[in-house]
Amino acid sequence: MTVEDPREAAALETQIPRPAAFSAGAAPEPERSGAGDPALNPAIENPVLDIRSLNLWYGEKQALYDISMKIAEKRITAYIGPSGCGKSTLLRCINRLNDLIDGVRTTGELRFEGRDVFDPTIEINALRKRIGMVFQKSNPFPKSIYENVAYGLRIQGIRRKSVLDEVVERSLRSAALWDEVRDRLHESALGMSGGQQQRLCIARAIAVEPEVILLDEPCSALDPIATAKIEELMEDLKKEFTLVIVTHNMQQASRVSDYTAFLYMGKMIEYGRTETLFVTPRKKQTEDYITGRFG
Amino acid sequence: MAYETTSHRRREFLGVSFTALCGGALAINLVLIVALLVLIGWQGGRYFWQKDLLQVELADGRSILGEIHSRESVPATHTADGVPLERFQMRAGNRDLTGQDFLWIDERIVARISRPLDAVLLERLEWGNFYGRMVALQRGDEVLAATPEETWRRLAPMLERKESERAAIRSLERGAIGDVNSAIEKLRLAERRVELDDPPAAERERRLAEIRRRVGEREAEYEKLAAELFAKREALLAETLVVEASDGTRKELAVGAVVRALRPNEISALGKLGLYLGRILEFTTGDPRESNTEGGIFPAIFGTVMMVFLMSIAVVPFGVLAAVYLREYAKQGLLVRLVRIAVNNLAGVPSIVFGVFGLGFFVYSIGGTIDQLFYPEALPTPTYGTGGILWGALTLALLTVPVVIVAAEEGLASVPRIVREGSLALGATKFETTFQVVLPAAAPGVLTGLILAMARAAGEVAPLMIVGMVKLAPTLPVDGRFPFVHFERKFMHLGFHIYDVGFQSPNVDATKPLVFATALLLIVVVTAMNLVAITVRNRLRRRFAGSAV
Repeated sequence: MTVEDPREAAALETQIPRPAAFSAGAAPEPERSGAGDPALNPAIENPVLDIRSLNLWYGEKQALYDISMKIAEKRITAYIGPSGCGKSTLLRCINRLNDLIDGVRTTGELRFEGRDVFDPTIEINALRKRIGMVFQKSNPFPKSIYENVAYGLRIQGIRRKSVLDEVVERSLRSAALWDEVRDRLHESALGMSGGQQQRLCIARAIAVEPEVILLDEPCSALDPIATAKIEELMEDLKKEFTLVIVTHNMQQASRVSDYTAFLYMGKMIEYGRTETLFVTPRKKQTEDYITGRFG
Repeated sequence: MAYETTSHRRREFLGVSFTALCGGALAINLVLIVALLVLIGWQGGRYFWQKDLLQVELADGRSILGEIHSRESVPATHTADGVPLERFQMRAGNRDLTGQDFLWIDERIVARISRPLDAVLLERLEWGNFYGRMVALQRGDEVLAATPEETWRRLAPMLERKESERAAIRSLERGAIGDVNSAIEKLRLAERRVELDDPPAAERERRLAEIRRRVGEREAEYEKLAAELFAKREALLAETLVVEASDGTRKELAVGAVVRALRPNEISALGKLGLYLGRILEFTTGDPRESNTEGGIFPAIFGTVMMVFLMSIAVVPFGVLAAVYLREYAKQGLLVRLVRIAVNNLAGVPSIVFGVFGLGFFVYSIGGTIDQLFYPEALPTPTYGTGGILWGALTLALLTVPVVIVAAEEGLASVPRIVREGSLALGATKFETTFQVVLPAAAPGVLTGLILAMARAAGEVAPLMIVGMVKLAPTLPVDGRFPFVHFERKFMHLGFHIYDVGFQSPNVDATKPLVFATALLLIVVVTAMNLVAITVRNRLRRRFAGSAV
């Protein structure tokens, strides 16, 4: 199941039948992300993002509970968890895309380059330029392929054709798309295949040279071949960018990511190096989820 | 357990009959529309076809030359003597001689009908058609041709020459003489301006003297041109054609007043086809004559198209901006819901109400203010303070703006949220997202609204009657005189033209076919404008393939 609207996702949370072992009262682990809990505090060198005690409400409904985590630079961090667990919501906090939804309220901090992104004085457009995003469904603009990639630069006032040409080519090459579209740069982006559109969206995101790229289930609408291409691409991209990916697909998380966080019902259950989390999970809930006993 | 169930066959039957009902309703609608178009097309198209001329000799010795226009049977209850009769209507022309174009003839009193080859039809600038025979061609007292055959031979080249002479006169009147007149009018206004400014006496004298000097120059110029025009008119009317009507009456006609001379009974089918096309061309490109009952309707076509064009220019930005605000910026709540309801209801207000509003608001308030501010010297003659094409277009823009708002809102709503988020996630502001991503994607929806608005505006007559539409406008709203586009001028309109020729004309029998022909042209014009907009929309759709509207 794919859920586009995070609000719906939060609403779904209550509808998912809870396995007896996970009913809130029965959970044996401490609810809060205790500072000393090794299941939640892997060693992270060079953190780019530092999330501290983040809570989030959609109106009256709390969707995230006390999330604390650091995200490593130039690594791939994956969020996994069942539908409605809050992983997309958490991702959309990072570039404050949740602002678009009425009635969203947060507490806690989310530090990026030493500044809290929730600081009301922060320039949100500048922040979003530094933190790019790729969505669940490809969302090219109704423009040509070239104009899609150049869009981020144009809105910053870059008009020089030589600069735009160069950035468009470099971005499309980085997104492993250049050879497929070099002859039809000025055709509509909506005529491309689904996988190509998604790589175009990646090219569009990297054209503005962000620090971090957020990927919200980028392969959920793609076939296995297109998915493999995107995963390969992510391996290349992490040389230059910090990637945070939300995925439904545990194999994908184990294949591509360096760190994985398992979320369940708005709480972070376990966070650690991917090998560790998948091979020797510390929490029973994690083990149950990754072995497919629910989810 | 046994249930009472409707049998499967019965349920199938209900489904099939309902489908048939729906299909039948659609078929009836289509048949009605096709029948309407065929009727208008046939009646309108027939108007240009030249029929044979028939010489009808009656039992009492009278002889009538003309075309058979229509036939009817009168039932016994409607005749004086209680005997049913067959009669036909003839178009016999010669209104200047007999006072009527058409007459009804009882078939029982017809002695003989023949089809004389030398019967001539003359289309004239005045008095309608002449049916009869040619006798001679003269210039003053000099006889140029004395026999019908010779006259016929010499007439054709002469008519061509007269045509170009008429064109020369027209261009002199509208060109040089029109320029001089408008210059004199401007000088008159300048003189008035000086009086309004009320400068010191010396200054005033200096300025007035200058104006008078230039008026003097212009008037001298005018005298010269007027003399030239007079000479040309004399030359145009120099030759006369002597013709004889079927009852033997002779008449002299100026060759310059004859538009076309035909011997319909001699023309081959191919020749008639050429004549047919020529008349259609004249109808669509010519100026009206004889209080709109003859000639062309080009000014009406031009006025309709230009008015719709101006309306489109006004309505699209207004409608789109309003829709963007309602859909993208306004906080969705009770107030916005009320505004939406109001907008939708605005589309249902009777159009004449908009006309009254346009008269009060645009013409009197705005136009009156413009006149006081910018054209005080022309007062009390209004410039913008009277109906004009701009006010007509703006009134119709108000009338059609709800359609555009609704369609644009739907177009905006159909742009997926994820596309907007994609733009915002790249650091674009809401403004940039709205105008560079959302609006282009919604453009096909906007154009759908414009298409509906244009169709409505082109057919609207009532509100225009009080904000600038006229029966006969002496000049087009666009001409070669600065500033080339004259928004304050009155204009003609196909819709009003239909009403005018059909119901306000002194010669209803003659203009009935014109009603159909004009209606046909109105349909063609509206269809053509819509096709242009639809083509643009489809191109946009192809470019933004995948957008839903």
